[in-house]
Amino acid sequence: MYSAFRDIRQALFENRLTCVDLVKYYLQNIENQADLNVFLSVYAEEALAQAHLIDQKIQNQTAGRLAGMVIGLKDVICYQNHPLQGGSKILNGFVSQFSATVVERLLAEDAIIIGRQNCDEFAMGSSNENSAFGVVRNAADKNRVPGGSSGGSAVAVQANMCLASLGSDTGGSVRQPAAFCGLVGLKPTYSRISRYGLVAYASSFDCIGIITQNVEDNALLLEIIAGGDAFDSTVSFRAVPKYSQSLNFSQKPKIAYLREAVESAGLSEAVRVHTRQKLDFLRQAGYVVEAVDFPLIKYILPTYYILTTAEASSNLARFDGVRYGYRSPQAQDLRNMYVRSRQEGFGAEVQRRIMLGTFVLSADYYDAYYTKAQKVRRLIQEATNEIFKKYDFLVMPTTPRTAFEIGALTGDPIQMYLEDLFTVQANLVGKPAISIPNGVDEKGLPIGFQIMADSFQEADLLAFANYLAQ
Amino acid sequence: MINTDTLHKIANLARLEFEPADEAKLLADLNKILDWVAMLQEVNTEGVEPLIHLSEEVNVFRADVVQNQIEREKALWNAPQKDEEYFKVPKVLDI
Repeated sequence: MYSAFRDIRQALFENRLTCVDLVKYYLQNIENQADLNVFLSVYAEEALAQAHLIDQKIQNQTAGRLAGMVIGLKDVICYQNHPLQGGSKILNGFVSQFSATVVERLLAEDAIIIGRQNCDEFAMGSSNENSAFGVVRNAADKNRVPGGSSGGSAVAVQANMCLASLGSDTGGSVRQPAAFCGLVGLKPTYSRISRYGLVAYASSFDCIGIITQNVEDNALLLEIIAGGDAFDSTVSFRAVPKYSQSLNFSQKPKIAYLREAVESAGLSEAVRVHTRQKLDFLRQAGYVVEAVDFPLIKYILPTYYILTTAEASSNLARFDGVRYGYRSPQAQDLRNMYVRSRQEGFGAEVQRRIMLGTFVLSADYYDAYYTKAQKVRRLIQEATNEIFKKYDFLVMPTTPRTAFEIGALTGDPIQMYLEDLFTVQANLVGKPAISIPNGVDEKGLPIGFQIMADSFQEADLLAFANYLAQ
Repeated sequence: MINTDTLHKIANLARLEFEPADEAKLLADLNKILDWVAMLQEVNTEGVEPLIHLSEEVNVFRADVVQNQIEREKALWNAPQKDEEYFKVPKVLDI
């Protein structure tokens, strides 16, 4: 069928295709591949009704820029009158009273929302094994994880259940599953996209991100959903460029790669070889490609885990069984109601992170852990800024290896955390990064190549990614 | 290192509780993670200001206009227990 929005639009406007046909095609794929456990809710009738309306708009020449775009939403993005659970039992029965700003902007351009996608509970995880609704399976190999936390969102695009997905990326949760599923995953600059209506995990890291089959579709979606919003006081009010119209790359940028990443002993052979081939290709094409040292690399993950767990323990305090979601039927008194509801409602990884976060924020340990990590975060940001004074892009593999088997890392939290080694830096420093496909390993599993750019340089980042992906 | 006493103190602050059978595993996991993140102590951060905000926007103001964005009925629709006007919780005071 169609993997590029450009082809869908052409077919729609030449009357070779209707939105109704398109939605039926995706619904069929969702039904046929239910074993991948991707969708938590499918809005079949509604999507078909919407498709019918948009077909009429196309005939009347009043259709928006996303007419024909069928999109899925990670279960952390609010859509009015639709369920939302953050992959957690603690939000059982929750129905959103409003839509996220990103959803409003998609709908205003006639996108069709097809359903709600499985993810790690409150976006905490690297494998989609932490969902209250069970593991999502990678369509490239059903015994393997799709990555996380936006695993359902990635597999939905990989397995043609929708054309694009919106996910969230706090430490790599869009880019890592995109890499594991052979897709394009973008985490924009911190504050580029409004987070109104996004379930909060770690607020100084969280970004909404976009998963697509190609760079062009990703650029178009960013162009539409990014920009100022009166409902999010952290969002950037900088003008949003027409990313989708500046994808032809003609400059000769200077490229750095992290020596520690490419030479890391933890890299699988296939990832190393494919990454080197990409670097060689760039050199042969006449680019400056140089190794840079980043001695702070080993402090990136510890800094990330201290700060994100601290922020999570605070953000997740709102789940107390009072105003929404799950309340333990065993609650006797108020305190007991809080404790039982949280204990029974949250999964093990979420509880572990709340405990860690509460500990590092507790009076006796605040300075030693939390303040210390904030200081190291500044050092990491300054060191990264130094790189972007000399280079336009920083490249590395998206992940140290390809998708691992379900259950392979669940016993060891630190091993699981190490999966995010290369993606976390962009979140710590707030810079944009994209993962693009970079071939497959000996088992046919996709490999990702990550490009990071300086803040608000998405136009160049997308154009360069588009050039490299072709 | 966290011991069982600290674990209980932290759990109380977080309004969580653990089965005694699960405590040993949780304690081991937390200590392993704390041991790992302790490597930050090697980094010289003397004179470094903590990095707190990543957005470049400061003091974003807008007019304080009453919009009544959510009706009472809608605000209550997700409540586990409610009456016509309020969220209900177990009895707080014995009078």
